[in-house]
Amino acid sequence: MRAAILAAEHLDLLIQALRDSGYLVIGPVRDELAIVYDEIRSVRDLSQGWLDEQEKGHYRLLPSGDGRYFGHTVAANAWKKFLNPPKRLLWRARQHNGQLQFMPQSEDAPQLAFLGVRSCELHAIEIQDAVFVHDQHRDEVYSQRRQSLFTVAVNCTRAAATCFCASMNTGPEVTLPSDLVLTEVLDDASHYFLVDGGSERGRNILATLPLRAATSKQQALAKKGIESARQQMQTGPRFFDSAGIKELLYRNLESPAWDEVADRCLSCANCTLACPTCFCSAVEDTTDLTGEHAERWQQWDSCFNGEFSYIHGGSVRQTTRSRYRQWMTHKLASWIDQFGHSGCVGCGRCISWCPVGIDITEQLQAIQQADKP
Amino acid sequence: MNTPRLFTVTDRRDEITATVTLELQPLDDQPLPVARPGQFNMLYSFGAGEVPISLSGSINASDSVRSADRYTHTLRAVGKTTEALARLQVGDQLGVRGPFGRGWPMDQLAGKKVVVIAGGLGLAPLKPLLEALLADITHYGHVQLFYGGKRPEELLYPESLIHWSEKIEVQLSVDQAGPDWRGHVGVITQLLASAEMDPDNTLAVICGPEIMMRFTIQALQKQGLPDTALYLSMERNMHCAVGHCGHCQWGPHFICKDGPVFCYADIAPWFFQREL
Ligand SMILES: Cc1cc2nc3c(=O)[nH]c(=O)nc-3n(C[C@H](O)[C@H](O)[C@H](O)COP(=O)(O)OP(=O)(O)OC[C@H]3O[C@@H](n4cnc5c(N)ncnc54)[C@H](O)[C@@H]3O)c2cc1C
Ligand code: SF4
Ligand code: SF4
Ligand code: FES
Repeated sequence: MRAAILAAEHLDLLIQALRDSGYLVIGPVRDELAIVYDEIRSVRDLSQGWLDEQEKGHYRLLPSGDGRYFGHTVAANAWKKFLNPPKRLLWRARQHNGQLQFMPQSEDAPQLAFLGVRSCELHAIEIQDAVFVHDQHRDEVYSQRRQSLFTVAVNCTRAAATCFCASMNTGPEVTLPSDLVLTEVLDDASHYFLVDGGSERGRNILATLPLRAATSKQQALAKKGIESARQQMQTGPRFFDSAGIKELLYRNLESPAWDEVADRCLSCANCTLACPTCFCSAVEDTTDLTGEHAERWQQWDSCFNGEFSYIHGGSVRQTTRSRYRQWMTHKLASWIDQFGHSGCVGCGRCISWCPVGIDITEQLQAIQQADKP
Repeated sequence: MNTPRLFTVTDRRDEITATVTLELQPLDDQPLPVARPGQFNMLYSFGAGEVPISLSGSINASDSVRSADRYTHTLRAVGKTTEALARLQVGDQLGVRGPFGRGWPMDQLAGKKVVVIAGGLGLAPLKPLLEALLADITHYGHVQLFYGGKRPEELLYPESLIHWSEKIEVQLSVDQAGPDWRGHVGVITQLLASAEMDPDNTLAVICGPEIMMRFTIQALQKQGLPDTALYLSMERNMHCAVGHCGHCQWGPHFICKDGPVFCYADIAPWFFQREL
């Protein structure tokens, strides 16, 4: 199908069409301090007219002064929490008179539609698919939610200072499959979306909307927006060549750069929680006061936690140095051996949400500089 | 995959200090999946927790091979969960998930000389391998077992050791011993250094504390064995055992699904790296 135009005032029709099709729609909303992904019921819930200012250890909301819906970049929280719930019950058990019984927990997966998924975020979802769906063992909760997921992707027409998808080859233009893809254009007085249907489901939704054919000028303006986001990144300080990073990190496990970052890192795990690809979890077994009922809960965990690597006798990764090294080397290097692609999509969240302003791109440069092959 | 299967303890044997062997049978009528030497199960004790424990061999020294409808595990009580598991009596119930991981390279051992090197409790995961070799000894060139522990009374499976020494070369080593000890006193690598080995036609399988495995690797390399001929079993924290929780990551490897048994040639860049 050829690209079409959806007038901005009709965006709500898209949301309602998704809701009418049974989807729980999630999109960017403004909470007190940041833009976050949360349930939306109408276009009024969206964070229209707000921008994010992001830098090392810094995130601030600013009024954009225009009516753009998607003028901001990635939200503070990643989509992962909707596909891989931060905490879930795996099973219950009961022991009575020496008889043990297990009761597995299953869920009716909600049918989710994500509105406003950025290119880097589509990559992040694909990266988690590799862990939970396509590997030797499937995670059923994730797989079911993922299977029914409807995505409305949005091309980025502005980059935050922390964005580096252009270095990781994950954006700013959407290239992975998505049910729908929007590009927002605000040009003089006209405000519209260029829309593309990327799937049968997507085109069925489009068929219910009042669309116009896109003129070549409108298409060119949309392209120009994406190009300006790319330009912002390419001329910024976080633009680098990501080829050869794996080898670089593998040969620098003892780089002095790790000591320097370890002095600053608080091992607080903020970066792993914010990161859209980090997938680690822990299970906890609990028993009630009667001692007859037990439950197993699974929740997100982080390689920055001390007990993460505990084996009898003490944690394997005792120092912050070794934990930061694990995190960054996993993201940028060993992930490639494990799953065939980098574990970092360049979304910049770990940079903004680090309380002491540690910047993965700066750390990479520090290692590059100290590199003695 | 997430929920344990209900098992009961059908037999139990006290081994060395704080160490027991449990024989487990499922309470449903379903057959057990194929379990290979070197693989492990996640054992859940009600109210205590779940831990990875390797498959071990038959519970009685006189049984030549482990029964196919039971699992056998030898475990040492070192903390909350293993203490609870070690307290289980015949008839008690527990949860089992597994078997998981890649085991010893059984297919590659045929026709080779096999050097088995175990330290302490590390003999437990090697016992099913030894039993498989002994059951079919004509298929293997020559089998040697080197087994080391702290003191003679800390060596696992004394009856099996006697039984095995009738068929294969068994050399024992302890750190300290009284006057009636007839084996070696010192570290196991001394035995390895003086052993006759045929480097071109030998595979070595190793299980024990990490430090012991490091010295063992070096001793075998000195003997001229190539890295591709060395196999060892690794231990790391594990929550899921299926490659999802991330806890067992070690360099590019997930020990639960890529291991726990690795060929040394594949892990050489990581094996001597501290705090990885
Ligand atoms: C692949 C594999 C095979 C194993 N096979 C055996 C075996 O055959 N016999 C045996 O006695 N022991 C074996 N172990 C070690 C056994 O899992 C630990 O002794 C056990 O987890 C300790 O748990 P705990 O709660 O009793 O001790 P605690 O010290 O209280 O441990 C608390 C938690 O830390 C983790 N943990 C502690 N030590 C280890 C460890 N060494 N490995 C992994 N996780 C650990 C567990 O999650 C445990 O619940 C094996 C470990 C692995 C990884
Ligand atoms: S490591 Fe940082 S920049 Fe890379 S995907 Fe994770 S949060 Fe985004
Ligand atoms: S970086 Fe750490 S928390 Fe994130 S996936 Fe890797 S090991 Fe897990
Ligand atoms: S134990 Fe969970 S990933 Fe290996």
